Amino acid sequence: MQSEIKTLPVFAMKKPLSVTIVAFFSFVFVAVFSFSGLAQHAEGSHDSIRAENPTDSLQAGHAEAGEKFSANEVIIEHVLDAPVWHFAEHLVLPLPVIVYSAERGLEVFSSAHFYDEHHHPVEYNGYKLEGRDIVLTSTGEKVLNLSITKNVAMLFLTAAMLLWVLLSVASAYKKNQGKAPKGIQSFIEPVVVFVRDEIVKPNIAHNHERYLPYILTLFFFIFFGNLLGLLPGAANLTGNIAITLSLAVLTFIITNFSGNATYWKHVFWTPGVPLPLRIIILPVEIIGLFTKPFALTIRLFVAITAGHIVLLSLICMAFIFHSYLVGIGASVMVLFISIIELLVAAIQAYVFALFTALYIGMATAEDEHH
Amino acid sequence: MDFLLPANGLLFWQVVIFLSLVFVLGKFAWKPILSSLKEREESIQQALDQAEKAKQEMASLKSDNEKLLKEAREERDKILRDARSAANQIHDEAQNSAKKTADKIIADAKAVINTEKAAALRDVKAQVAQFSLEIAEKLIKKNLADDKAQKELTESLIKDFKLN
Repeated sequence: MQSEIKTLPVFAMKKPLSVTIVAFFSFVFVAVFSFSGLAQHAEGSHDSIRAENPTDSLQAGHAEAGEKFSANEVIIEHVLDAPVWHFAEHLVLPLPVIVYSAERGLEVFSSAHFYDEHHHPVEYNGYKLEGRDIVLTSTGEKVLNLSITKNVAMLFLTAAMLLWVLLSVASAYKKNQGKAPKGIQSFIEPVVVFVRDEIVKPNIAHNHERYLPYILTLFFFIFFGNLLGLLPGAANLTGNIAITLSLAVLTFIITNFSGNATYWKHVFWTPGVPLPLRIIILPVEIIGLFTKPFALTIRLFVAITAGHIVLLSLICMAFIFHSYLVGIGASVMVLFISIIELLVAAIQAYVFALFTALYIGMATAEDEHH
Repeated sequence: MDFLLPANGLLFWQVVIFLSLVFVLGKFAWKPILSSLKEREESIQQALDQAEKAKQEMASLKSDNEKLLKEAREERDKILRDARSAANQIHDEAQNSAKKTADKIIADAKAVINTEKAAALRDVKAQVAQFSLEIAEKLIKKNLADDKAQKELTESLIKDFKLN
């Protein structure tokens, strides 16, 4: 039993697989189970763990690992960001902490300083970890935390992958000018053509080429992020609400900055609506502006995070039941859901890009139906 | 719950990285990729258009050829017809003129023959008369060599006179 638990983190890291709404619905019972578990965890146990160990729930999980296996700890550890990249037991990559405060100015140091040799959180140089925030021990005030956390490191990796793949594809176009595509070019090209012809062109009637670079980058970022998130040991990047929120807000800004007179007229003075109704319509339209990015944020976040949670829950079953049979069954399910996750990685990228194109298209469309 | 609240640091890095990605990829990846794609699509379209045009040209060329061939055939037939009729005409004319010439030659020949015949007849007549005279003279000379004969003749002549 002890050894089983010891191997858990390795195992848990191996299956980091992301998921989709499809998987979410297919295995809704598992998901409901996990979510209720998470909710309990967040409301009850998390606080108690914090009381014992004011820093980090994942560290708390390790501290108590010998006593009791907690699926909640494992799942939460994976889904959330962390100041270190925890691949496996004793295989932890410390990452740089970058903090700024008015009192102390900008400081950079390794996140390894926050942990002692037993992975217990410690104070360092007047700073301490509090949840995911870093506070000054002297005043207890939060400092601006721009640390390279696990997700930021994953973000760098994703960006590097994107740059490497797409720039090499671009150079292949120069090298193979006028010839048929070769190698990775043949893989990327249909995707680019798909985004251009199926997502951007049909939805953006005017000057679609202006928005093409943004939507292509969006699509490939989410697609690569989703896929890389499925790798063993990878972080849950595209299932992080900060990531999806940033993307949705960028889409919101682009949409509203490219909005033409017709668009704004529709928002503030919807044509053909009787005056008394405008009292209702106007707030609805204004709320509508914000529900769009909100929906984008939540959709991607939930789809990917739910997928990770479903997969982790299935794997944790083997450790909860201490049974090889359950382990085999869970592995089969995990394999199946992982395949669905691959599909979801593409679908979610498609959906995000599609809605972005749709919103921009709505904002730039000429008045046709009046 | 932590995972429902976006962290400032991650927001900051995501915006910075993503905007740089949009910029760098837009300039160094999407631009060359999209322009090459467009170029290639245009060249393919152009090639297709050209092929279509060539096909049409071929078809029109073919119909032109057929027209030309038809015209040539008609021309040939016409020439043949003309030649045949010309040949017939020449043939007829030659026949006519030959006939005429022949007729004329025959007519001339007849005229000459008649003239010659008349002349010959005249000659013959004259000669016959001469011969007759000579014969008659000789006969008379011979028959009247003796007196008896002369007498007989005279008598017979006289007899005739009497009858008259």
